[in-house]
Amino acid sequence: MDLSTKYMGLKLKNPIVPSASPLSQTVDSVKAMEDAGASAVVVYSLFEEQITHESGELDHYLSYGAESYAEATSYYPEQEAYNMGPYEYLDHIANLKKATDIPIIGSLNGVSSGGWVKYAKNIEQAGADALELNVYYIPTNVNLTGSEIENMYVDTLKAVKEQIKIPVAIKLSPFFTSMSNMARRLDNAGADALVMFNRFYQPDFDLEKLEVVPNLVLSTNWEMRLPLRWIAILYGQIKASMAATSGVHGCSDVLKVMMAGGDVAMVCSELLMNGVGRISTMLKELENWMIENEYDSIEMMQGSMSQKAVQEPAAFERANYMKALQSYKTTLI
Amino acid sequence: MDRKKITIDGNEAAAYVAYHNSEVIAIYPITPSSGMGEMSDEWAARGKKNIWGTIPLVSELQSEGGASGAVHGALQSGALTTTFTASQGLLLMIPNMYKIAGELTPTVFHVSARSIAASALSIFGDHSDVMAARQTGWAMLASSSNQEVMDMAAIAHRATLASRIPFVHFFDGFRTSHEVNKIEQLTVADLRAMIDDKLVRDHRERALKPDNPFIRGTAQNPDVYFQGREAVNKFYNACPDVVQNAMDKFAELTGRQYHLFDYFGAPDAKRVMVIMGSGGESALEAMEYMTTRMEEKIGILKVRLFRPFGVEQFMHALPDTVEKIAVLDRTKEPGSIGEPLYQDIITALNENMDSDKPKFSKMPKVIGGRYGLSSKEFTPAMVKAVFDEMKKDKPKNHFTIGINDDVTHTSLEFDPSFVTEGDDVVRAMFYGLGADGTVGANKNSIKIIGEETENYAQGYFVYDSKKSGSTTVSHLRFGKNEIHSTYLIQTANFIGCHQFNLLENFDVLENIVDGGTFLLNSPYPKEEVWDILPKKMQAQIIEKNLNFYVIDAYTVAKNTGMGARINTIMQTCFFAISGVLPKDEAITQIKNAIKKTYGGKGEIVVKKNFEAVDGTLANLYKIDVPDHVTSQIARPPVVSDKAPDYVKNTLAMMMKGKGDLVPVSEMPLDGTFPSATTQWEKRNIALEVPEWDSDVCIQCGKCAMVCPHATIRIKAYDKNLTESAPETFKWTEARGKEYDGLAYTIQVAVEDCTGCSLCVEVCPAKNKRETGKKAINMVPQIPLREQERVNYDYFLELPEFDRTKLNVGSIKGSQLLQPLFEYSGACSGCGETPYVKLVSQLFGDRAIIANATGCSSIYGGNLPTTPWAKNKEGRGPAWSNSLFEDNAEFGFGMRLSIDKQTEYAAELLKGLENEVGSELVNSILTAEQKDESDIYDQRQRVAQLKEKLSKLTSDEAQNLLMIADYLVKKSVWIMGGDGWAYDIGYGGLDHVIAQGKNVNILVLDTEVYSNTGGQMSKATGLGAVAKFAAAGRPNPKKDLGMMAMGYGNVYVAQIAMGANDTQTLKAILEAEAYDGPSIIIAYSHCIAHGYDLAKGMEHQQLAVDSGHWPLYRFNPENVKEGKNPLRLDSKAPKIKLQDYIYTETRYKMLQKIDPERTKYLLGLAQAEVNKKWSHYSQLAAMDYSGAKEQV
Repeated sequence: MDLSTKYMGLKLKNPIVPSASPLSQTVDSVKAMEDAGASAVVVYSLFEEQITHESGELDHYLSYGAESYAEATSYYPEQEAYNMGPYEYLDHIANLKKATDIPIIGSLNGVSSGGWVKYAKNIEQAGADALELNVYYIPTNVNLTGSEIENMYVDTLKAVKEQIKIPVAIKLSPFFTSMSNMARRLDNAGADALVMFNRFYQPDFDLEKLEVVPNLVLSTNWEMRLPLRWIAILYGQIKASMAATSGVHGCSDVLKVMMAGGDVAMVCSELLMNGVGRISTMLKELENWMIENEYDSIEMMQGSMSQKAVQEPAAFERANYMKALQSYKTTLI
Repeated sequence: MDRKKITIDGNEAAAYVAYHNSEVIAIYPITPSSGMGEMSDEWAARGKKNIWGTIPLVSELQSEGGASGAVHGALQSGALTTTFTASQGLLLMIPNMYKIAGELTPTVFHVSARSIAASALSIFGDHSDVMAARQTGWAMLASSSNQEVMDMAAIAHRATLASRIPFVHFFDGFRTSHEVNKIEQLTVADLRAMIDDKLVRDHRERALKPDNPFIRGTAQNPDVYFQGREAVNKFYNACPDVVQNAMDKFAELTGRQYHLFDYFGAPDAKRVMVIMGSGGESALEAMEYMTTRMEEKIGILKVRLFRPFGVEQFMHALPDTVEKIAVLDRTKEPGSIGEPLYQDIITALNENMDSDKPKFSKMPKVIGGRYGLSSKEFTPAMVKAVFDEMKKDKPKNHFTIGINDDVTHTSLEFDPSFVTEGDDVVRAMFYGLGADGTVGANKNSIKIIGEETENYAQGYFVYDSKKSGSTTVSHLRFGKNEIHSTYLIQTANFIGCHQFNLLENFDVLENIVDGGTFLLNSPYPKEEVWDILPKKMQAQIIEKNLNFYVIDAYTVAKNTGMGARINTIMQTCFFAISGVLPKDEAITQIKNAIKKTYGGKGEIVVKKNFEAVDGTLANLYKIDVPDHVTSQIARPPVVSDKAPDYVKNTLAMMMKGKGDLVPVSEMPLDGTFPSATTQWEKRNIALEVPEWDSDVCIQCGKCAMVCPHATIRIKAYDKNLTESAPETFKWTEARGKEYDGLAYTIQVAVEDCTGCSLCVEVCPAKNKRETGKKAINMVPQIPLREQERVNYDYFLELPEFDRTKLNVGSIKGSQLLQPLFEYSGACSGCGETPYVKLVSQLFGDRAIIANATGCSSIYGGNLPTTPWAKNKEGRGPAWSNSLFEDNAEFGFGMRLSIDKQTEYAAELLKGLENEVGSELVNSILTAEQKDESDIYDQRQRVAQLKEKLSKLTSDEAQNLLMIADYLVKKSVWIMGGDGWAYDIGYGGLDHVIAQGKNVNILVLDTEVYSNTGGQMSKATGLGAVAKFAAAGRPNPKKDLGMMAMGYGNVYVAQIAMGANDTQTLKAILEAEAYDGPSIIIAYSHCIAHGYDLAKGMEHQQLAVDSGHWPLYRFNPENVKEGKNPLRLDSKAPKIKLQDYIYTETRYKMLQKIDPERTKYLLGLAQAEVNKKWSHYSQLAAMDYSGAKEQV
């Protein structure tokens, strides 16, 4: 049985790839994912904003209150240097490369154009096999137009691609007016893969305290429908690999992603809820399903239910109520 | 040899040599010497090696007494050992110093000499401490400049090994220890060459070794002790020559030749000043001026080696022509014939004159005088006054210089206009705030000029005594020649004022020269700034023809992400307009310095500083100065007209920086000052202050409770009183049955508020229409200032709530009590003062307080104004500070004294029963005094008693009248920080709680020595970085509460107001009510923890939630009822320790220094927390029912 797949030029032994999450924070848990059968791992994101913030915060608090009072001209011992910046992350990438045999995909969230490029190069130099650009961005500025945001994605990707040689994936938000066009533009800009989609944590309200609270809700497999649709639509229209992320919880989800035309199915919530051992279960189930249903390889099913391949391509284009209306009509007839 | 020129302070110069010459360094923090220990610890943590290629072991002790004991032990065991100290620290070392000298053991103690606490504490410099150790048998070598500190330190380390006599190497606290100056750094090879390893081996040979055993430290009897003491004489006789040999060896290496006594001046001088320490530099400058420009025949004799005193060398150093000598001592020895150096000089001269070969045909006239106590300025004008005095036929002996002694008339007059500062030196003064980074920037500028150019540079920094909103004045000198001016700048070419609002408080242009340059940071546009200047300043600018520049540094800082730190911007302005360096070169050097300073903290920090430099010049403007004064703005009076005369006449002088002019007659004789004086010092330091929204408020009282400065006050009062209220005065209906029908006001003292916003953070009430707002919200201060000043005055006049009718056990009730600790100089957002204030509210009108030295003694007792207050009846806390180490004993003594006088009063009362009346006597003697109502009743009875006694004439009646107030219960409070309670004062604290007496101990635990700048104490958490624990503390925090619980009869509580304010209140009430010793350990967030102090209460919650700081009360009273005395007031840890500690810089910074060690220490710390909780919860669950019968 051939479970292998190709993802942005990397030959992977199967299509299950743990996406960026706290599970990749230690070498031990990445090794556990490898042992469970993960074909590659996307490491948690390096956040430029966090690095900037930490530096500023450290500088601020180390000097806060200093040189104000004769007895206490400072409050901390002098240190020659602090291990600031991305070093911890880069060391982690290097350690993961040493400790595992699977491709290690770095992940980066930048804020400045210089930061994207600089840290991308750092991650490449640290030994990552590929890089995922995690464009986690909520445009709240009322003066910012959609096209400006689209250009920002494309420009960031181009700038990074010009500077590094390893494959580059871009993790997208689902909130583009024209997703197809956006995918095409990114494809033309050199994206090696599109990762669909970023789940933005939606804040909640605490009615007792009257506060906005961060609310991390793990995905359900219902959420996979969105990437599934867009992978199916885009399959064959772009050169870039495609990964589904959000809502992949079981073997059937992986099968659906593959049939839509995806190259890998990324898992996260399932592993956080039920442990990294789920990878091996899913792989076993995948293999059994393929045996039962007489598929020789993953490649055989990839794109088999894409918009191009299905009997009724319009099914991917209709909104829910249209489909319901038609069903009603059909019943009447 | 090519040696590096570096610009460092005196402490670093000493520590550099000491570190390289030592194997063991025992340390303990005390200002101004702490820096030497801190650097040693940092260097060891970084792996820096000594001259033998090994890293010294640096270890902090629990006190200077402990440090000297450890030094003694290390020396006796053969290691080359040193320590650093000052002031009371040196006094605590004296017992060991006798031992070390008695055993002829080589070592060097480096001392930044400081005043000793007498009628008052002072952290500043003089020779009181070293003079108190002069009899111990130690050699004493003095340095007068930073270069000398490095040089003499090296000479001392050589000489001690060669002479076997231990050395105190001393230099003036602050003036030298903290002055930054350019010096030539000795190389490691130099230091190596100064030490003869043979002598080191000899030292080891003499050490205690089981392989070659002997005993040392015997007890001796009348038969031989005396002879034993005399056996050392030959070493002392030889020592002066040994030191001179070391000086000669040093000269061979470096070219700098020193002598035991160095004479400077006219070879045929008739008048000579003998002086020791940094004053010698000022004296030298004045002497050179007077000999070259005024052709005076004078000279200066600098004393280097004070002990053993080389009479022969001293006589040799004096010119043959000398007729008069003035000896200046930087110490005071009340009751002596003269101060120590004076007496030595007289003796030396007499001995010489009595010898076979007298140097002079006639004994020179010698006068002695005191100068420079507590870093009092010692200027060339004062030096001249002394020389002028010597000219007189009958010069004044035992004079003082630098003050106005209008009582015993010891002082010499001097002419302040005599200035010797030359045009060859650029002199720049900068007025700033501690928070704006002015001093840091100036230190940076000195480094740039000193190390990147051929120029010499000197910097000295003056801070005020407040920990929040403090003003700094930097004094910088630059020039082609070495700078020896050890006094503040008198005439400045350049003055920078980095804060516009300082113009209100200071005459910043007072010292500027004609044609000088004035740089002002102004938030006002350049077109408007002129008209907003005070009238006097405009006149100064015009009359002195100043070059006037302005910049809006805060806008530049905001635009470049610098926040409130304008240091880099103002530094760039200084270089751009002062011409000290060509502009482009200066910019390059500033950027290089930025890289050096901030590079280690991340590129982004460097980047934003670069942006600030680049953004500065475009916003720097020269103002076209009009030819006439346009302003009518006058500087407001320093204090209100309503203030008492003493405040207006004396304290106000100190407030406006003119304390040097206060004459002796205006100072109290015995250190006694009036209470409640902070109310007159309106500092207006907050940019934003809280504003009360009465519609949203639920009247819980939490805002007032957490307010560190008592600037949020609450009153409930008769509604009719609102009729005469000012127009903008706010009030609402009071909530709650007890307050039915009353008006309720929360009033903010906006002029006293420091803007910390703890109140806003803790406010639980949210505005339902805009949830971002609460019942108290921060708003700009200036628009509210005038109206709220009036409102606050009105509020203060409203009657206080009747204490006897309040439920003080509730937060709301307790906060209606008047705080009797107000507007202190504590840090904005201080975590200690809310507890202190709460005690003052609950018991202040009958409390006597013993306060350990530390933050609380500084914000509680540092002049000019002090925060301990009194109520309308004139009652309030009586407060005193004894020492750092003895506070528990000090408070215990107060308890004994009060108990005895109460007992004696009762005895007298019984004896006067017939005169006073049985009913009154019995009711007084049997009063329980358990609550406010009882106390009130007792006060009434005592008042009645005093009325009766005043009419009786017997001694018994008059004696009782004097002490009758002791019949009203007094509350003794012993307060201090963790440095006192856990470390230096623990022995006393332990003893005091074991005595069963009714004392209340409040430990303000910041887990670090906060006042001296964040050194590790035994309260410091495992894994925290602190000074003296630069690599992170590897040991667990001492469990002080558990140790106290071990006695069984001590009330013990651990509290954290931010986690449970009700438990805090209960614990304080229970502790006071407990008729025995009680100790409350209060978690106090602190500026040394490294986060926004507005979130201090949240961090307290995290500390509790993580199990780091379990809340509990251990009340021995419970045992009587068969109940477990220990009650846990917090639940089992619900968050991981890391989720608390890594929100604070003190822990988090270790992650950035050494991630592996961080993980290791975190593992230990979490295990410690788990273990502690397990232990506590088991203890709290124990069955005490069996104990009931036994009581």
